[in-house]
Amino acid sequence: MTIAADLVTIIAVTAGAVFFLAGAMGLLRFPDTLSRLHALSKADNLGLGLIVLGLLPQANSVFAGLKLIFIWMLAQLSAATVSRLIATAIAKDTGS
Amino acid sequence: MSTLFDFGLASSLVALALYVGWARDEQSSIVGFIALGLLLSLGWTRLRSIDVALTEAAIGSGVTGLLLLRTQTSLRNDKPTGQEFGVLAKVSIGILCAGLSAAVAYVVLIPPDPAPTLAPQALGSIDVTGLGNPVTAVLMAYRAIDTLLEKVVLILALVGVWSLTSNSHWGGAPAVPAIGTPQPLVFLGRSLPPIGVLIAVYLLWVGADAPGGAFQGGAVLAAMWLLAMFSGLQPIPQTQSVNVRLLLVGGPVIFLVTGFLGVGCGAFLAYPDGFAKPLIIVIEVALILSIAVTLGMLVAGPAKRGPG
Repeated sequence: MTIAADLVTIIAVTAGAVFFLAGAMGLLRFPDTLSRLHALSKADNLGLGLIVLGLLPQANSVFAGLKLIFIWMLAQLSAATVSRLIATAIAKDTGS
Repeated sequence: MSTLFDFGLASSLVALALYVGWARDEQSSIVGFIALGLLLSLGWTRLRSIDVALTEAAIGSGVTGLLLLRTQTSLRNDKPTGQEFGVLAKVSIGILCAGLSAAVAYVVLIPPDPAPTLAPQALGSIDVTGLGNPVTAVLMAYRAIDTLLEKVVLILALVGVWSLTSNSHWGGAPAVPAIGTPQPLVFLGRSLPPIGVLIAVYLLWVGADAPGGAFQGGAVLAAMWLLAMFSGLQPIPQTQSVNVRLLLVGGPVIFLVTGFLGVGCGAFLAYPDGFAKPLIIVIEVALILSIAVTLGMLVAGPAKRGPG
């Protein structure tokens, strides 16, 4: 049982880390701000989501697991809002 | 593996600190400083100082970063009035900073063996306080005087900010940046505060037995208040408002009064036997409100409108 749980953790956290790496590369390499935002939100949503998913089997209690999911949802909420705000500011600047 | 992680963390800290010092414009510097604070709190977590990590993330990175950004925005439109520092001044500042760093490095890198610690004493008498978290016991019982003075300093800082008000605006309300309150911000301003207030109360309550406390909770509370103010859902109170001023001094005053009541039990800030925990809770509740209002008003800045 523990081996299965550990396997889930290793696979999910590795996949999450890959998303973060891709997001960081996109942030550095993409040409304009909107594409960079796009790269960043993938890292935030999927990367953090997969890492939380991978950590769930390691949580000591149901409450600790719920806390992890809660943190992911809070990060989603703030990331979505900040992305919208930055995108709106760019749209205003370029007049489009 | 963890050595590799720690090495990476420590070198990114140094790199980021150099970036903050060398960045060409102020805004990049400030953003670097905020990131530095977040990395620092990771470092404190690695040192198992969760209380310090929480405070660093909330105050060192969050509130200080926001304060710096606000200051930079309001300075951006002003023409620089002061002269650039001369070579002599720059060199002396450099020498003083390097000397200070060397002194701190000496103390940190060459500690006496065994390193001095008060941890056994702090844990030894913790039962008397009724608390479970030794850090809270230090802050609220063993070294309560430091915490009390810290809160007074916070109010002095606010007095410093308020003293920048022009005569005609004295007592009026600070102004938020004109961002036209975009819809997503209003949505966040409506949905996040209920959760944030709950987290602040949780941080305060859990501080008795686990990492947390009035300072961390107060910072979260201030953030929620600022979110409501910046999204235009909540008016910024006037600086002459009696309620605001009562909340500001409430925490330190209750702290001081309990301190003087303690004189009856033998010493200033002594808690009567068996009443340590309830008294500490009363003080902490008053403090969290004072800290939240002080931090919120600090970020809001000096009054920009006349009283009315």
